[in-house]
Amino acid sequence: MTIAPSVSDALPEPASAPPPGRARAASAAAWLRSRRPRVGTVLAVAFLVLLVVAALAPGLLTSQDPLAPGGGPGFLAPFRSPAHILGTDQDGRDLFSRLVHGTRASLEMGLGATAIAVTGGTVLGLLAGLGTRFTESLVMRLVDVVLAIPELLLALVVVALLGAGTVDALVAVGVATIPYYARMVRAQTHVVRRSAYVEAATALGLSRSAVIRRHVLPNAVRPLMVLAAIGTGTAIGVGASLSFIGLGAKPPAPEWGSMLSTAVPFISNDWALVALPGALITLTVLSVTVAGRALKRHSEGRTGR
Amino acid sequence: MSTSSAPQPAPPAPLVEVAGLRVRFGGRRAAPVVDGVSFSLARGECLGLVGESGSGKSVTARTLAGLTGQGAVVEYERLAFDGQDSGRFSESAWRSVRGARIGFVMQDALSSLDALRPVGREIAEPLRLHAPLTREQREEKVLALLESVGVPEPAFRAGQYPHELSGGLRQRALIASAIACDPDLVIADEPTTALDATVAAQVVELLQKVKTADRALLVISHDLAMVSRIADRVAVMRAGRIVEQGPTEEVLRRPSHPYTRELLAAVPSAASRGARLSPAPAPAARPRASTRSRQRPAPGTVLLRAADLTRSFTGADGVERRAVDGVSFTLAAGETLGIVGESGSGKTTTARIVLGLERTDAGTVALRDRPWSALSRAEQRDERRNLQVIHQDPLASFDPRHTVERVLAEALRVARVPRGPRRRERLLDLLDLVGLDAGMLRRRPAELSGGQRQRVAIARALAPEPEVVVCDEPVSALDVSVQARILDLLRDLQRDLGLAYLFISHDLGVVHHLSDRVLVMKDGAVVESGDVEDVFTRPAHPYTRTLLNAVPRLTTTGD
Repeated sequence: MTIAPSVSDALPEPASAPPPGRARAASAAAWLRSRRPRVGTVLAVAFLVLLVVAALAPGLLTSQDPLAPGGGPGFLAPFRSPAHILGTDQDGRDLFSRLVHGTRASLEMGLGATAIAVTGGTVLGLLAGLGTRFTESLVMRLVDVVLAIPELLLALVVVALLGAGTVDALVAVGVATIPYYARMVRAQTHVVRRSAYVEAATALGLSRSAVIRRHVLPNAVRPLMVLAAIGTGTAIGVGASLSFIGLGAKPPAPEWGSMLSTAVPFISNDWALVALPGALITLTVLSVTVAGRALKRHSEGRTGR
Repeated sequence: MSTSSAPQPAPPAPLVEVAGLRVRFGGRRAAPVVDGVSFSLARGECLGLVGESGSGKSVTARTLAGLTGQGAVVEYERLAFDGQDSGRFSESAWRSVRGARIGFVMQDALSSLDALRPVGREIAEPLRLHAPLTREQREEKVLALLESVGVPEPAFRAGQYPHELSGGLRQRALIASAIACDPDLVIADEPTTALDATVAAQVVELLQKVKTADRALLVISHDLAMVSRIADRVAVMRAGRIVEQGPTEEVLRRPSHPYTRELLAAVPSAASRGARLSPAPAPAARPRASTRSRQRPAPGTVLLRAADLTRSFTGADGVERRAVDGVSFTLAAGETLGIVGESGSGKTTTARIVLGLERTDAGTVALRDRPWSALSRAEQRDERRNLQVIHQDPLASFDPRHTVERVLAEALRVARVPRGPRRRERLLDLLDLVGLDAGMLRRRPAELSGGQRQRVAIARALAPEPEVVVCDEPVSALDVSVQARILDLLRDLQRDLGLAYLFISHDLGVVHHLSDRVLVMKDGAVVESGDVEDVFTRPAHPYTRTLLNAVPRLTTTGD
């Protein structure tokens, strides 16, 4: 029951797409080219893997208790004692162990805050993008107002309302970054909603909710993942800042931001107490951002095809 | 230069000589896009370079103007412009040649003109770069140029921005800027593709005037008929090679290469009515598999009745315009109703109203004598399976994440085919119906060719077993040989399934080839309607006559 032999399209149709075999080979080559990673990306990803290990199983990297005071003499400089590679802090706790154990708090902060921001942003963005004109202006004006306030300041307000603490800081940073995601999802929803494939699905007879669920939502949220990866780095930085000013993790819990702040008075005694947590925060934010941008380049290369 | 006879009587050396031209992208070992092309072009001559997309015609033209770009590897035995080896031109040498001695008219006038500059300044640009003129002289020259390309009120138009001009005026302005410095060679790449037939005819006339005794014209197009109107010689390109070249008359009347013959036969027209356009022999009609669940309607049953459709839109200037103005028609089972008209005539809005994607201000659409346009969206949903659509741009009409399998499975789900072996069977059946094999299922639409995509779109439209299919310019984005196969497919499907088509197109040849009856639309209203033969051979309305006269015709004896 063939009408035209199926080869007819493959034969004399030197159309836009090259024959499948060649197309596949060409795209594989392009894939490899685009996948040949930059040195910076490799270093960033390697560092992130190390961080994840430190966060999930700190015991693999250090056997010292990060909280036990008097594990050694205070203010031991780095590389003096094999027991304390990076020395000890003002209370004689092992610095390396505290840094390793502090990873978890930072990553939780970054991922948790971003999860809140992405979820909230998606809900608000879809509400604005799919709702009536009234809903849209209501949501978007609200988002614009929030967007006008710097995120650290906004996080301060949220902490002021919720109280200080790790979870509160996490929620604060998450809420403060919702607007970025909301704007993005709304804009994307508008694009997808007006696309020919959504209209085609409607003409096919799909219900409105099915069209939203199967076509609008997945396509509107797709570019969000890259933004979220980059946003995670920012969230870690903001979280550390909150801890630094005493609104996040409470001492003696090992957290890079609060370690930094408690060490400030002792900077003349031991530089490492300030420099190392600071360097870790910087490196982490940098690595997450570099990896996020690599992801962005990759996804743009694919959609550009 | 020691010869005393310096002012030799110049032999009629060709202005452009190309021999063994090879262009590759992406390295020396990549497959060549242009593969051993040779031709020459003398002053006072017009060469038409004809081919389908991907044939390398545009790359060839761009090579002549030194515009191949960074990634290209260009090899040649001879590549000469006015006796000089243009393959060795430096970028700065090219800059003094382009605009001054070679004028380039690009395909898309809107994106080729700077959106932030009035067209007058755009046309003055090459003059500013290449001609020693004062500002006042330049302005005078710009107005003279606009006048010469037939732009009315040149002083007013020169101050307008590209988006304020119609497509035809934009193309004229682009031609004016290409000939501003009186170049020796003008290259026009698909100069009429984006234009309506009547406007395209005017641009062709203009291009005929652009060719002067000491100027050569190279026209690139996929449209043999258009090229045959201006070109003295034609070169037919396919897959990077010139398969045939010679005097236009010769090539069209006695094509020697099978590909040229196929191209000529693929053009739908009045003469091709009832005949197949593609070389594939018509397979004998076999009984359809029994996966269809519905009875086909008796031929002649009126399926769709549109009465007095009207729709107004408020434009950006706040003025209300009637996009559709009192359109009425009926469509019976097994027949094709063509709607022709130029862009802005309201054909697509009419289709959208019929599909229930746009409301009508007045009038009604009835499906099988049951109200349709008056239903709510939710009520329409249950009836939609009777009425499906094939879009102009199939790629845009597929969710980019979905594979062909998902695209079709979704359509079958809407058609309430239960998941499982039945759906799978029906899915393969649909592919079979449109001439695709099961290997396509895992591909994404972006990985398919234009023709394959349109076949998938047709399969999706057929999944709910509709009685009426609205075809909105279904073949206008396709190459002529692919278009021929899709048109043949549509005709076969109509014969086998008893479908009724509402067929919208700007291409009179396509409509004439496929339709039983036709509506001619202008400014939202139907100016003429009736049997396609009557309307196209004995047009009653002056606008229909204008449209028909604008269509370039191939004066061939066929094959």
